[in-house]
Amino acid sequence: MAKVLMKGNEAIALAAIKGGVDAFYGYPITPQNEVPEYLSKHLLANGKVFLQAESEVSAINMVYGAAGAGKRVMTSSSSPGIALKQEGISYITAAELPCLIVSVMRGGPGLGSIQPSQGDYYQATRGGGNGDYHLIVFAPESIQETIDTIKESFDIADYYRNPVMVLVDGLIGQMMESVDFDRPKKERFVPEKDWATNGTKNHPGRRNIANSLYLDPAELEQHNIKLHQKYEVIKKNETKFELIDFDNPEYVIVAYGTMARICRSAIEMLKNEGIEVGMIRPITLFPYPEKAFEQIPENVKGILTCELSMGQMLDDVLIANNGKHKVGFFGRAGGMLPDPEEIVGAIKNFNERVVK
Amino acid sequence: MEAKNIKVAGFGGQGVMMFGQILAYSATKDEINGLWFPSYGPETRGGTANCSVIVSDKQINSPVFKNADHLVAFNAPSLEKFKDHVAKNGLILYNSSLIEDEFSQDGSTVVGVPINDIATELGNDKVANMVMMGAYLELTHLFSDETIEAIIKKFLGERKAHLLDVNKKAIQSGKDFVKKLGVKYA
Repeated sequence: MAKVLMKGNEAIALAAIKGGVDAFYGYPITPQNEVPEYLSKHLLANGKVFLQAESEVSAINMVYGAAGAGKRVMTSSSSPGIALKQEGISYITAAELPCLIVSVMRGGPGLGSIQPSQGDYYQATRGGGNGDYHLIVFAPESIQETIDTIKESFDIADYYRNPVMVLVDGLIGQMMESVDFDRPKKERFVPEKDWATNGTKNHPGRRNIANSLYLDPAELEQHNIKLHQKYEVIKKNETKFELIDFDNPEYVIVAYGTMARICRSAIEMLKNEGIEVGMIRPITLFPYPEKAFEQIPENVKGILTCELSMGQMLDDVLIANNGKHKVGFFGRAGGMLPDPEEIVGAIKNFNERVVK
Repeated sequence: MEAKNIKVAGFGGQGVMMFGQILAYSATKDEINGLWFPSYGPETRGGTANCSVIVSDKQINSPVFKNADHLVAFNAPSLEKFKDHVAKNGLILYNSSLIEDEFSQDGSTVVGVPINDIATELGNDKVANMVMMGAYLELTHLFSDETIEAIIKKFLGERKAHLLDVNKKAIQSGKDFVKKLGVKYA
């Protein structure tokens, strides 16, 4: 099919349909409203479920229920809305149920603003919910990559019985780009959902239960160990990143999402001035591509972390770097977007940006 | 084609967002890459509205740019706000119906088009943005008449299909105005 011009939020919705979504539960919030708007039209028309709940808390618990019944379920929201969903997310993860959560980040904390931000890196990778759990977090940089990721996300969630979060900023949600919906999807094994709480017809005498309560500590510890082992497998299999201009870089930038695209332009500008800069672009934020840092040449002058926040992914960069190179930080927050020239300036004045 | 960064700005209701979207849709139709994004938020209510467009036959990197190759200003506040963010050898196209003082800027090709006056002559004030489109295309030659017409048809849909003619006339009038001025840009 030829490319079409589509708004990011609408593309998220259509990609979810192509990925086989059975049900959407959500509550409106800018800048992701076109996701439910699009789905309300197209899911109901095709006999699927679309439900605008009375609150985010309610919506995520509907996701919990429908995921438990073995359906492909999603919700989407933006920063304060994702904050409200954290309890349910922790429960879904504990009960090992698959679902897709789309988070279109806006400025924070609190109600913040409706402009693009990457201030929810901690929220996505560290979680606001309780307990030892992880989401599988993808941070695409374009509408095309968002589509490709979402099409695959239900297969990934089903395989690991774990929620997948697709984390984008408000710019990806609000902008329009030329995109192709028919790019081939990676073939993945999707197991039978013999755990689903959808009756005993297929397994007479055995009731399936979706549960997150373990009163016996020994039993809960075994559950924690099992989850941990699953996250280790996810780290091994699903870590995704891109290395850009890594031939002989003087500096290395680390950036994801919209910020990575701004940095791509900055890298071209710097190259025209004779300054070679490479980039590590994490595509998964959990698992974090620590391995990519092993490929940084010994003689680089430093690593510049660039984010639309005051420095959150910076923690993971410092962990992955493990004291080896100088690490600097450049960030804009609150909905402000830097132009590539600002990144060029930050590389040129790297020493002023070094994190002490 | 080199990537073109385009800033379109004006009052809400002047068809600024549509102008930008038509360019991004046209790029997609011509099988190159288009990117459009609005400045969304409270500042668009009653105040100025603006959008950024990038068209390129290569992969588009930063959606954000400091300086526009082309600035299309539909009113005075927009020209004031963005005139210092135009790239060297850039194009500034402004609405001389609302900006009476003649404007010029070193290093840029500047063209004023009285789009509201021309649209009124055509009997439909609402096609002023398509007069601007005609002038813009005459100067930049970015897209063919066929491409633009196909996109406008899509925008109008069946319900407003009868307005295609006046839109086409508006585009032609914009082109004729620039031709008469004798200004060349690309």
